[in-house]
This record gives sequence, structure tokens and C-alpha cells, in this order.
Amino acid sequence: MQWETVIGLEIHAQLSTNSKIFSGSSTTFGAEPNTQASLIDLGMPGVLPVVNQEAVRMAVKFGLAIDAHIGQRNVFARKNYFYPDLPKGYQISQMELPIVGKGHLDITLDDGTVKRIGITRAHLEEDAGKSLHEDFQGMTGIDLNRAGTPLLEIVSEPDIRSAKEAVAYVKAIHALVRYLGICDGNMNEGSLRCDCNVSVRPKGQAEFGTRAEIKNVNSFRFIEKAINREVQRQIDLIEDGGKVIQETRLYDPNLDDTRAMRSKEEANDYRYFPDPDLLPVVIEDSFLEETRNLLPELPQQKRERFERDFGLSTYDATVLSSSREMADYFEQVQQVSGDAKLAANWVMGDLSSLLNKQDLDIADSPVSAEHLGGMILRIKDNTISGKIAKMVFEAMAAGEGSADEIIEKKGLKQVTDTGAIESMLDEVLAANAAQVEQYRASDEAKRGKMFGFFVGQAMKASKGKANPQQVNELLKKKLEG
Amino acid sequence: MHTLTLAEISRALSAKEFSAEELTRALLDRIAQVDPELNSFITVTEAQAIEQAKAADQRRAQGETGALLGTPIAHKDLFCTQGIRTSCGSKMLDNFIAPYNATVVQKLADAGVVSLGKLNMDEFAMGSANESSHYGPVKNPWDTSRIPGGSSGGSAAAVAARLVPAATGTDTGGSIRQPAALTNLTGLKPTYGRVSRWGMIAYASSLDQGGMLARNAEDCALLLQAMAGFDPKDSTSVDQPVDDYLASLEKPLAGLRIGLPKEYFGEGLDSRIADLTLKAVDELKKLGATVKDISLPNMQHAIPAYYVIAPAEASSNLSRYDGVRFGYRCEDPKDLTDLYKRSRAEGFGDEVRRRIMVGTYALSAGYYDAYYLKAQRIRRLIKNDFVAAFNDVDVILGPTTPSVAWKLGEKNNDPVAEYLMDIYTITANLAGVPGLSMPAGFVDGLPVGVQLLAPYFQEGRLLNIAHQFQKATDWHTKAPTGFLK
Amino acid sequence: MALERSDVEKIAHLARLGLNDADIERTTGTLNDILGLIDRMQAVNTDNIEPLAHPLEAVQRLRPDEVTETNQRDAYQAIAPAVENGLFLVPKVIE
Repeated sequence: MQWETVIGLEIHAQLSTNSKIFSGSSTTFGAEPNTQASLIDLGMPGVLPVVNQEAVRMAVKFGLAIDAHIGQRNVFARKNYFYPDLPKGYQISQMELPIVGKGHLDITLDDGTVKRIGITRAHLEEDAGKSLHEDFQGMTGIDLNRAGTPLLEIVSEPDIRSAKEAVAYVKAIHALVRYLGICDGNMNEGSLRCDCNVSVRPKGQAEFGTRAEIKNVNSFRFIEKAINREVQRQIDLIEDGGKVIQETRLYDPNLDDTRAMRSKEEANDYRYFPDPDLLPVVIEDSFLEETRNLLPELPQQKRERFERDFGLSTYDATVLSSSREMADYFEQVQQVSGDAKLAANWVMGDLSSLLNKQDLDIADSPVSAEHLGGMILRIKDNTISGKIAKMVFEAMAAGEGSADEIIEKKGLKQVTDTGAIESMLDEVLAANAAQVEQYRASDEAKRGKMFGFFVGQAMKASKGKANPQQVNELLKKKLEG
Repeated sequence: MHTLTLAEISRALSAKEFSAEELTRALLDRIAQVDPELNSFITVTEAQAIEQAKAADQRRAQGETGALLGTPIAHKDLFCTQGIRTSCGSKMLDNFIAPYNATVVQKLADAGVVSLGKLNMDEFAMGSANESSHYGPVKNPWDTSRIPGGSSGGSAAAVAARLVPAATGTDTGGSIRQPAALTNLTGLKPTYGRVSRWGMIAYASSLDQGGMLARNAEDCALLLQAMAGFDPKDSTSVDQPVDDYLASLEKPLAGLRIGLPKEYFGEGLDSRIADLTLKAVDELKKLGATVKDISLPNMQHAIPAYYVIAPAEASSNLSRYDGVRFGYRCEDPKDLTDLYKRSRAEGFGDEVRRRIMVGTYALSAGYYDAYYLKAQRIRRLIKNDFVAAFNDVDVILGPTTPSVAWKLGEKNNDPVAEYLMDIYTITANLAGVPGLSMPAGFVDGLPVGVQLLAPYFQEGRLLNIAHQFQKATDWHTKAPTGFLK
Repeated sequence: MALERSDVEKIAHLARLGLNDADIERTTGTLNDILGLIDRMQAVNTDNIEPLAHPLEAVQRLRPDEVTETNQRDAYQAIAPAVENGLFLVPKVIE
């Protein structure tokens, strides 16, 4: 049978506020356990929450960026359940009236097509603490530093049809929250976490199959692997006559497999109700406008501008706008060099492979945008050839300075003096007299192949510095002559 | 010294008739002698009290003159007091040394008030008799075989027995006004949001409000002046200026329009209490008030609505008591569920467990609309009743309780019967309006209280009326004879 | 809607209250009495009446995003039942 995969994602993005959503504790990652857990974060008797304005502002930014309805009257509710990393026995979240309503986000698939993914809602809530399972006399240790960190839970429609689409969607959300400056997107530190709701159905069937939720998948690679593994598990199960049950599962990257979570076995009854310690949050029109004015250019707008103003292909524009840092870098190279196409080629080509090889973010690139732009200028004014440029680039990556400094120091300046090239060519032809004879005796087809040999010899003799175009022209003249 | 009111003490301290330290020592001695019979204190903070008294004396010597400087009170044991056990009347918090001060505690301390200790109460403020305390029942000084009311029963008994001139209390469904009525005190529950809830251990967040019990309205005004005000730490506290309550005391009552709701005088009310209530009305008429019969048609629905909303909020508020970060933890839990279930079953008493169960049920899947939302709709009807009534009258007057203090143990096996005793007080909590109970006479030697309710933020009006009434009557000066010496 | 014993067991589990057999028996009776009282609400017509969550129907105040807390771990953990290396300890949690 032909199966179709249906995926909906819940992404938890930690908002990059200074303080927690309901307390004045710091949200800095990596502090000693429980040193950033205040009375409020510990759920001490008698404490009360007060909402952080910046968390509200960030959620509204996100809502505006996905063209969503903003809940101008949104309400915090308590989700009641017992768990040791949940100090109050309830999580303050939003249920019936979230801050962000229906919106959407466009993703670009590998084949360049654009697909619109619906976003059901996004709501504010507080993060839980962490359970540390290393052995403490057979006990679990609880660190509540993370408890109360603001989260934006972004819930997609079940519009996603493959693991690859899922990854593209998460990448798009990741890029968006970083563009907006509302989340650092650091998946290693859990700043952006993903729950994947996965089901399968026979192709053509309208109703959804039973879904399983894979909790907390925290890298792009694992999202793809976990979904693929889960899809296969469900198909195998059904084809063997079994039934998928609605449950929460965990992905184990070591085993590349998912398993049911024991702590979530029983069906929960969260007893949501409006938090009586908090009042409805009202977003005034003025706040909305003020926030709208704070929005940066978003990935999609940027992509469109790159296509329109720089004449880039959709693919190039998409890659270059995929992160704010990448886009900023590209634009700086473009500005310095005045050549968008060369800038795009170098950023997506040599620079990307360099970063890949060294496992670096573009923000930490060893070659600055200034230097790369400067190098492109030298290509454009024929100071160096494309081939020499690769050498210059490598030297820049090794920290040897700007393109001009390197060209100067290594004497890489291209030779364009016709006289000098001609005398160099005469020497080359003299040294290869036999081949010249052979060339002149050959027919047109054979000559074509042999011509390359002379070019190679000429470039070698000039240590790559002779202007290739001039070499070609002069060589042809001399050989024909 | 122990028979003086707060205002009298304040005057005596500024006249240097005695020092705060002398007064504090005298009261501490009396507490040690008398309280074993009443059980009104859970913790007496002797050392800290003397320290605070000395500091107050020093401030006065340096020229400070605050009205409350050096005056003694005690706190209901659900206000967090830094470094001092804050038990909430529960085994669950028997070992809980609060790491911070409630805003109310801090404000009073800043004003130079000396706290003598922490007062007994119904466990987590759930009760109308002070019989659900882990520390045992409190006795009514007017008849020690009877209950003092609850949940601020320790506050009521201690003030009535002249152990302390005034005490803080909290009122979620009548927990200040009812014990005040049953012990011949004046008790005020301010408008919801007037007094900060920070550090006031929650029972039902949307109903809880801090206030005080004292011997007269003037003392209540003195305390409210220091306790009220906006607190940025409490999202539900109201950012509105605090009135001058002392100044409002002396306003004449001429032209005051009093509403008498017919529902307050119906079935279930002891007719002798009804008579005393009407006698109080006559007294106010003599002072210039006019009276109008009114109706609060939804009053009868208040008890069912309250016993959904309060337990629902409580069931969630009390989830934090799980034996992990503070409070009681059962011996040798075999796993996590066992830790939760035994710590909570052993740490909470019967009434608290009962209300957690009711609240959990009312919020559970499939029942939320029928119970919680329904109760909140009724809550609006009740608020609407008040809004309509206050179009025609300035205050509403009625009995505070349907009966006088009952015998200890009398309603122990019948929680519903005890719930019904809240009938006259809980509407004020559901609507959030301020309410005051003041002494209005005796039935069989037991005190009777009359309740006044006013529009939002009209605490000044309530204190004004009570003060004028108390200038014309002497009910509030009567003391339980056994506790006068 | 009288509660059965099994309902009471379910509620007790949701609320993490460990009730023994006698407790459950007793509690079932009292809870039904209380629900009898509460169910009087159902007779009230509340059509078109909006639920009221807070008496004053005010609006949430938002606080500035500032770190105002300092590390008080030692003080706060002094009253904790079980701690080690700055962590609160609970019986082993299995995910």
C-alpha cells in the first residue's frame, strides 16, 4: 500500500528575555543548579507571578511576523499536573485565549517550490526545571534554574507531509525567531525544542491516522531521523495487522529508534482554568503598532528583495536569506564588492565549504565580509584571476590579512602586459617545438585538445599570474601564425 | 495595659506613660499565662517581639512619631514571616520557616509595629470554626466550650481575650467578619486587591483578602492605613491611592442610605439576632441614616458557587505542597507517586483534603463547564446584584452570622452544615466588595455581629459608620469576664 | 450525579492524595453531600451571562524585563527535605 505521512509540530522557543516570565530571576544558561531559582520559581507558599512585558512583546513580534491574529485579550491558564521539575504542581500557560492566533509560514523545499504551512496558534508559557538522572544515592536531582524561563509554544497545523518538510519548517521557524531576535535558537542548550506529532494514512484517505507524539527532539538531523523512524514503525505496525496507539514517545539517537515514555503512560487530565493570580493581558493598539515598527526585515521579504534588486535566483536568494547572519554577511560582501552575483557565489561556495569544514557559524567566519568583498574587487579589476583568488581566499582564511596585503606579499598580481606575456609564450613554444609542429599539422578537432596543453604550460610558466584571457588570445595567434 | 485599644496604646506611648518594651513584656507574660486555655497562638515570637519593641522605643527616642510605632499586634499564621515558622495551621507546613516577609508583615514592621507571634487558624484557612487546625481547636473566650469562628479564629480569640489589641486576618468567605462577630470584635475585609496578597499563603486566589480584627473601628482604621496600598509584586493588587481612613471616621452619618436586603432576614436566621440587627439599624437612624428595603436575589446561590470556585482554586494552589522543596515529606517514599500521595495525605487534614477533592473534581474533564464556569457565571450575577443595590443605597446592612458561636465539635461530622453558616459573608468575597462586622449585642451572653457592605474601595465609609455607631453604643467595649484580669 | 467509589479513587489519584479504604468510603459520602449542595447551582439560569473570574475585572500589569533576584540558594534550601550538590532530591524519576 502507498502511505502518506502527516506531521504537525509543536516548537518550544525559549524567549531571550533577561529575566523570567513571572519573576526577576536571570535566564542565563549554565549557572550552578538552583542559583537562579527565586521564591517564585520555587513555588514557595504565598508567592505571586507578575508578567514580563518583554515576553509579551516578543510573542507579539512573532505573531506579526507570521501574519497572525493577535489575541489582544489573552489569558494565562494553569495546566495542572504533578512532576518534580514543575514546582507549583501546575504550569502557567495559555489555553483558550492565546496571545497569537492563526497564522502561516512559507517554507522552500529542496526542489525550490514554496509551501505554506499553517500555524494554529502560539502561546506564552513558563518552562519547567530539569531532572538530572545521574545517581544521587538512587535519587533524581532537581534543578529549577530553567523553571519560569519564558517559552513561546508554536503549534503548526498538520500540513507537513515528510520528514524533510518538517526539517524545512523547523529551519524556517528557527531562522524567523533569530531574525526577530526573540530566541537565540541554540538547540544544544534547549533554546528551541521540537515535539513531532506523526501519523500515517493510506494515500487518498481523508481522515488522519492515530498520531504518536515524539517529545523533545533537539536537532534538525534528529528531527528528520526520528520522524522517518517513527513513520516506518507505524507503517510496519499497521501492515503487520497492529494498531497505532496515541502516546508520547522518545527518540533515542543512539539506537535510532523511538520508545514509549513511561512517565506519560497514564492519560492526563490537566484541569486547565484561568490563573486566578493573573489578570487578562490586554494588548493595546498602540503597543501593537509600536511593536510592528520594531520588526526587522523578515526572511521572506529579504529573499524577495535579493531576487528583485540583485537578480539572484530563487534558490540563491533563499539560501542567502536563511539566517540573519548569513544575509547580513552576504549584503556586506555585496556592498564592498558591488557585485551581487560574485558575492553570492563566493558566500555559497568557498565560504560555505570552509565554514562546513571547520564547523563554524558564519558569525565566527575566519574571513570577514570586508575581506571577501575586497578580494572580489580585485577579481573584477583583473588584479587576480579566479584561480589565484582561491589561493588568496585560503590565505585570508589562515589569517594572513586582506586580499591586497596577500597579493602584495606573495606577488600574486596578475600579469597583463602584452609584451611580457608574448615573450613568456615565445619561451614556452620554443621549449615545446615538437608539440608546436604536431599542432600545426593537425586538423581542427585535434587542435582543440592540444590547445589546452599549451595554455597549461603557459600558466605554469607564469605561476598562474598571467591573465588567462590574454594568454588564450595571444597563444592562438602565435600557434596559427 | 492589656485592656487598652491600639489607639489608646498609641497615645500612651507618645505620652511616655510606658515604653513599647514594657508593654510587650507585659503582654507576653499574659499570653504565657492565659493562652494555654484558649490555644490562640501557634508560635509566640518572644525574642523578636522584644527586639522590635526596643527598636521602636529607640525610634521614638529619636523623634519618630508614627501612630503605630511600638504598638503590638499578632499575625494570622498564613502571613509569611521571615525566619519564623509560618504553618498555615497545617502539619504540612509545621516545619516551614518562611524565607521572606509578606508585604503586610513588612509594611507593619516598617511602621514600627511589634509582632508578638503567629495566630492559630483553620488549616489553610478552610473552616468556619477553627477546628481544622493541626494545632488543635481555639476556644472562644466568651465561652470556652464554644468555637471562636474561623478561619481567623486565633486572631479573634487573642484579641477578644485582650492578649493583643489587634491582629491580622484573612477573609476568603467570611474568615475575618464571622469570627469577629462571634467574639464581639470589629473586623474588616477590604476590597479585593486593596491589601497585597504577596506572602499571604493562598487558599482561593480570586477571593482571598487580608484585613484585621480589633476592638473597634478606630483601631481597624489605624491598621488599614498601614496595610493598604498597591504592591507591584501582586498582579491583582489595585494601583489606586489609599484614602485617609482616620480622617473619614468623624464624618456625620446624616443622609446615609442603608439598604436592608430581605434575603438576610429569611429562614435560618436566629430571630434574636434579627432583633439585635434591627436595633442597630434604629441606632443608625438616630444618627441620621435612612433605611430602604432592598433585594439581593442571587444571594442564595452564593454558597454553591463559592464551594466550587474556592475549592477549585485551592486544589491547584495547594499542589505545590508535594514534599520536594519545603514542608512535610513522608518517611521513606518508595517512589515518586508514593512521595506525593503519602506526603499530601499525611500532611493535610480532613477538611483540606476534602476541598482539594471537590476542587479537583470540579475542574476535571467533562465537569469544568457544569461546575467551574457555571459558578463563575453565578458570581457575575451576584456582583450585578451589588452593583444594582448600590445605585440606591450607600451601604448594605444585615447580620454577620445566622447564629451565635456553636459548641466545639457540634458540626464536625457535617461539613455542609458548617458551609451554610457562611451564607451572609461569602457574597462580599464573590463580588469583591469590602465588608465589616461590628458588635451589636448579645444572645444568651454570646456576642452578635452586624455586617456592613459597601461599594468597591469604600472602606473609609464602613469604618466611619462603625466608628459613629461605636460612639453611640457600648457593645464593643464589653469583654469576656474570665479574661479581664 | 452521585460519585462512586471508583470516581473518588480517580480524583484522589489526580490530586495525589493517598487515601486508604476507610478514607475513601467516608470521603465518598461527604463528597456526595457537598456535591448535593453544589448542584443547586444547576437550577440557576445563567444564559448569556459571562463568567466572572475577578471581581474588579482589571487588566494585567506588565513588569519591566529586569533581573532583580540574586542567588539565595542556601537560604531557600535550608528548609528543603532533601538536597545534595544544590539539587532537590526526589525518588528516581523514570522518563
